[in-house]
Amino acid sequence: MHNFVFGIFPYIALTVMVVGSIARYERDPFTWKSKSSQILRKRQFVLGSVLFHVGVLVIFFGHLVGLLTPIAVFDAIGISHGAKQLMAIIVGGVAGVMALVGGIILLHRRMTDPRIRAHSTLADTGILWLLMAQLVLGLGSIFVSLGHLDGHAMVDLMAWAQGIAYFQAGAAAHLAETHWIFKLHIFLGLVIFALFPFTRLVHIVSAPVRYLWRPGYQIVRSRRGARAPVIGVAPRPAPQIQPAPVRAPGLSAGNQVQPAE
Amino acid sequence: MSHLLDRLNFLTSVRKDIFSGGHGQTTIENRDWEDTYRARWRHDKIVRSTHGVNCTGSCSWKIYVKSGIVTWETQQTDYPRTRPDLPNHEPRGCARGASYSWYLYSANRVKTPLVRGRLMKLWREKRKTMTPVQAWAAIQSDPAARASYVKARGKGGFVRASWDEVTELTAAANAYTAKEYGPDRVFGFSPIPAMSMVSYAAGSRYLSLLGGTCMSFYDWYCDLPPASPMTWGEQTDVPESADWYNAGYLLLWGSNVPQTRTPDAHFYTEARYRGTKSAVICPDYSEAAKFADIWLNAKQGTDAALGMAFGHVILREFHLDRQVPYFEEYVRKYSDMPMLVRLEAQDGRLVPGRQLRAADLPGALGETNNPEWKTVCIDEATGDLVVPNGSIGFRWGEQGKWNLEEKAQGKDVTPRLTLILEEHRDEVAEVAFPWFGGAATNGWVSDDRGGVLMRRVPVKKVKLADGSEALVATVFDLICANYSLDRGLGSDNVARDYDADVPFTPAWAEKITGVKRDRIIQVAREFAANAEKTNGKSMIIIGAAMNHWFHMDMNYRSVINMLVFCGCVGQSGGGWAHYVGQEKLRPQTGWTALAFALDWARPPRHMNSTSAWYAHTDQWRYETVTAKEILSPTAPGGDWESLSLIDYNIRAERMGWLPSAPQLRTNPLKVGAAAKAEGIEAKDYVARELKAGRLEMSCQDPDAPENWPRNLFVWRSNLLGSSGKGHEYFLKHLLGTDHGVLGKDLGQEGRQKPAEARWHDKAPEGKLDLLVCIDFRMSTTAVYADIVLPTASWYEKDDLNTSDMHPFIHPLQAAVDPAYESKTDWEIFKAIARKFSEVAPEILGVETDVVQLPLQHDSAMEIAQPEVRDWKRGECDLIPGKTAPAYIAVERDYPNLYARFTSLGPLMEKVGNGGKGIAWDTRTEVHHLKALNGTHREGPTKGLAKIETAIDAAEVILMLAPETNGEVAVKAWSALEKATGREHAHLAEVKHDEKIRFRDIAAQPRKIISSPTWSGIESEEVCYNAGWTNVHELIPWRTLSGRQQLYQDHEWMRAFGEFFVTWRPPVDLKTITPDATKALASGEKHVVLNFITPHQKWGIHSTYSDNLLMLTLNRGGPVIWISENDARKAGIVDNDWVELFNSNGVIVARAVVSQRMKDGTTFMYHAQEKIVNTPGSQITGQRGGIHNSVTRAVVKPTHMIGGYAQQSYGFNYYGTVGANRDEFVIVRKMNSVDWLDRPATRKVEAAE
Repeated sequence: MHNFVFGIFPYIALTVMVVGSIARYERDPFTWKSKSSQILRKRQFVLGSVLFHVGVLVIFFGHLVGLLTPIAVFDAIGISHGAKQLMAIIVGGVAGVMALVGGIILLHRRMTDPRIRAHSTLADTGILWLLMAQLVLGLGSIFVSLGHLDGHAMVDLMAWAQGIAYFQAGAAAHLAETHWIFKLHIFLGLVIFALFPFTRLVHIVSAPVRYLWRPGYQIVRSRRGARAPVIGVAPRPAPQIQPAPVRAPGLSAGNQVQPAE
Repeated sequence: MSHLLDRLNFLTSVRKDIFSGGHGQTTIENRDWEDTYRARWRHDKIVRSTHGVNCTGSCSWKIYVKSGIVTWETQQTDYPRTRPDLPNHEPRGCARGASYSWYLYSANRVKTPLVRGRLMKLWREKRKTMTPVQAWAAIQSDPAARASYVKARGKGGFVRASWDEVTELTAAANAYTAKEYGPDRVFGFSPIPAMSMVSYAAGSRYLSLLGGTCMSFYDWYCDLPPASPMTWGEQTDVPESADWYNAGYLLLWGSNVPQTRTPDAHFYTEARYRGTKSAVICPDYSEAAKFADIWLNAKQGTDAALGMAFGHVILREFHLDRQVPYFEEYVRKYSDMPMLVRLEAQDGRLVPGRQLRAADLPGALGETNNPEWKTVCIDEATGDLVVPNGSIGFRWGEQGKWNLEEKAQGKDVTPRLTLILEEHRDEVAEVAFPWFGGAATNGWVSDDRGGVLMRRVPVKKVKLADGSEALVATVFDLICANYSLDRGLGSDNVARDYDADVPFTPAWAEKITGVKRDRIIQVAREFAANAEKTNGKSMIIIGAAMNHWFHMDMNYRSVINMLVFCGCVGQSGGGWAHYVGQEKLRPQTGWTALAFALDWARPPRHMNSTSAWYAHTDQWRYETVTAKEILSPTAPGGDWESLSLIDYNIRAERMGWLPSAPQLRTNPLKVGAAAKAEGIEAKDYVARELKAGRLEMSCQDPDAPENWPRNLFVWRSNLLGSSGKGHEYFLKHLLGTDHGVLGKDLGQEGRQKPAEARWHDKAPEGKLDLLVCIDFRMSTTAVYADIVLPTASWYEKDDLNTSDMHPFIHPLQAAVDPAYESKTDWEIFKAIARKFSEVAPEILGVETDVVQLPLQHDSAMEIAQPEVRDWKRGECDLIPGKTAPAYIAVERDYPNLYARFTSLGPLMEKVGNGGKGIAWDTRTEVHHLKALNGTHREGPTKGLAKIETAIDAAEVILMLAPETNGEVAVKAWSALEKATGREHAHLAEVKHDEKIRFRDIAAQPRKIISSPTWSGIESEEVCYNAGWTNVHELIPWRTLSGRQQLYQDHEWMRAFGEFFVTWRPPVDLKTITPDATKALASGEKHVVLNFITPHQKWGIHSTYSDNLLMLTLNRGGPVIWISENDARKAGIVDNDWVELFNSNGVIVARAVVSQRMKDGTTFMYHAQEKIVNTPGSQITGQRGGIHNSVTRAVVKPTHMIGGYAQQSYGFNYYGTVGANRDEFVIVRKMNSVDWLDRPATRKVEAAE
């Protein structure tokens, strides 16, 4: 059982996440969205959402870096296991509290506002509850960690995570002596991975980060190089009504609609 | 191929073209996602249709169909162009129309025939052993069985039925009713044929072949302004909206153009761009008010006071102190102002009496034909009394002189307007004018000056035929006195000074209306000055709002007078633009033949609904207004005060003024059979029996079971949820179900009971045996019906549509087949007719029906009664068609009703067609129809043209109507030429060859052809404008004088003090009674407000008020509007649930608290369905109530007048109207909102 949950289930969960996400993106691209409820009620939203997202992002990258960076790297740059654990506890704790407070605000809003409630699916509400549970478990694990500040438990977790990542057989063994609260935390995390494609969490991979460095305010999507129409779709408009609203200096003249003056 | 792979373009060369200094960027990326949006707007076909919703828009729409489903609609933009320098008509359409497709597949769609469960159970039980007619008879003869479903009305419990079963039940009920009580006990209510002519005609053709009663609507809706027929002899004829653009001054008076004439409002905007000045008069800050250069927020109900003050200024500055030549010539030629009025001595003073007639004078001034119907004036040149052409006496019995040429007996004359010059008058007389201003109640300013105002008028003495001498004055001089203008003749009740406290000065009007005097003077001056400079291009756009007051005639006549004083009527860009319902049925005369089965039998049975519902819903039993309260102190002698309002109506029916339904207490089929058995004419038989008292008119005893309406069809209408004034009385007495009437009737109150109407101590409850509602949506009426038949929506049937707002005729078309089990109205009535022909022969064969016909306007009967004489009181003999209604025997072939329904009958060839007093031959058109529609090859209608489909029916209309068939138009104008002696055919000659067919208008809306049945013309020179042919072709108005009739000399008009316009405060309906106020806890906060029901923004009547798209735009259910101050007084904040109530009933709604509102009033937008988001009332424990739950119709005797030129009955043309603005309600916040969302309790018994 232990081996299944921590040795096999991680691959199932990750597969569901990847294949499910691709399937959803292909089949139903218009559902790929964050489903923000900001339009329904502004109150509580900004505070809750910012706290939650900042907290969660810090935690996410903390876990990513903390778990998947080979231990040798920390050893090489001279960070002791104890110090790393302490750093994880402090940074994770602060971010966790932020995310929890933000999440509670959002959850309160979602559960009490009748309009948002009416708009929420089981997936919307359920995933929020799960994330809250996961945060509580994560924060709860701090108290366990405080009991053994030498960092060995943390190293076990890293070893497990990297073992999974490198397809090492028997990775689950690393968790044999881990406290149950970490196990529960990991299991719930895997469940959330598995649920990922079926919820609004998919917006994580579509965060419009590129906007930060995208040049220009006006985007002209060229038709050159675009693919042929999909079968069953009406023919495209004739090329002469191709929209080219802005005359870009870099465009070849052949692509321009010149008024016949 | 793959959305994901397409995005994985990291290896593609990223050629990012940057432009505009880095502010723009060209990208190369997959664009397939755009196809989703292309597919969203892709469709299989577009079909032209429109919305038959009586909004007057009559907008042509593109209906998009995708996979057999109507998906959306957009506005058509292909109306024929207007002439240069005039904006085009498009875009036409509004958000309401754009949301219509929602209905087709909504939960509120009626999908199958539905029958009240208990009735169905009874029917199926009886049908096991009985024939259909026997089964219905068995149910009706068992009072417990009948009551079991009657009392369940409005309480759910419908079950599905098949078309076969439901049509059989309906047909059996009709047949039984015709046999047992008479076919006139089968009523049908459907309004506004112009919105879907064929659908209307389907039901009315069936009823007319049956002998059933078609009920009017325009008067019942109170959209008919009786002032229009009084003045012009015309129902209502108005300019198209494009003509607003030609106006120099636009006065919007109680009309909220952007909100209620949305597709036409652009002409208003465009007129403003052109430089037209605009004043808006309305009590609230309406959407129209923001267009105004000047906004006059007169207190509600005081419009006549404002209009009188405008008239005072106009007469003073443009007719007296200075005479504008155009105005003088106009009123002389086109109004009755030069006509002479006899002054009669009464109670020691002179009062204006009848207009002088040729018959009054020695030798009748040489007139031999109808001299008692020819008005008289003085010739300016000779000073002689002359009888100018054009009065109504010239219309009948002779030809060639019914015109407005300034001629008398072939000689040119110039009528003299005034006798003010000393050499023209014999003396100056004190004349009494009634004063009603002291009667104001309920917060209107009371101005007590006694009952009579004496004013001095220049008069002339004339010698009468009997040798006596009479004093006469011109209408002009009397009008000046009526408007209190000081002409240097002395007297206290006239004024020179606008600041004088004398009625009708601007200062006086300020006191009554609250509008500052300088603004009144400014608007009056600008209005008239513009008309002077433009020869009458000042226009008044007016809505029904002012017409819904009990004294609507005063409001309207004050407006009409302004227009006549300034020569605006009949001039393009000027005149009276009264917009209410979509009453302009342009191809009318083609349609009447089909709709009333005039091809098979004439006349049809018509009824004025106001009088009918007043009687049959027993609203008369609760009447709070007495004749005494509205009578004039100058009334001629008579028993006026001892009659109640229904008594006046009974007299009017008896004298042949108004129609009756039912007509006689005895079944008219039995009457016909009896007359036949005796071998005498029906009219002689009925006259003899009525005099002997063996026959009795039904009107005398509306509560006797023999006189109840028994079957009622309601189609294309939401009678109970929209127009049914006195809603709760309908529920109580007509339907016999739970109701919210809080008050008591006259008997219980111990008040004076009617003198003529028979009183039953126990009022009947549940008069109707069967209510059939035909609708596409589950409306309030459908909820109360016994049978609901699913009809095609407006995108599922073929039909015709016209409006007064534009000159085009265009179709409704079936974009898809009727959804679910629905059928078009045409197919539904065909199915009922077919079934009727199957089940009726058991009890009905070929029968002789005796039809009672009132003295019709536009027939020779309109000059039947120069004096008021009641045969029943021995004042004259009973002569059908003269002193009483006409009685006409008509053959009904019941077994062949269906065959007749689907064939064009022989009378079109034998008798021809016509309308509005002219007739023409239609043999050519019938011949064409036979070729076009095909003929029946066998059966009783062999050889006759087919009318099988709705398109066949549409072709009949289009072929027969002058408006859509140029050949007929030319014939019609030629027919009119005989009467007027003038050439008119040139108006249609250019369109001689034009014939509009259904497929033509399917391709594009078509402009109609000029026809003499309307007073405007279609041309490339002018826009359609009412009265144009009267002014420019010298065709008389169909009034006593043949001119615009400002003086109303009928005895009843004089009795009720309305021979001229004056100020009459709203009447006190006295509905805040102890029965109502007992619902208030002691000390409970509340306000009493005047209850006003304007038209709404999110619906058209009740349609769309249950449409989710429209509900989303407002508050999602019934609301009322209330001012901030009133809300504070009653402790109401915005969006609170409130209750409105009085002795008539209760409404629940949410409050919109708005600065827009004037204190003292509440608006409840007309017709918000109580089937959506409406909780129960705390008082009645029943759901909602609708806007009409607190109203009750009150009839006015002056609207009952008949047989008197312009005041003669015509269907939807003249008659009582359902006023509802004078009502007050108590408004309070609800302290508990009960949605009644639980199983029915014993109180509201479950209907299974």
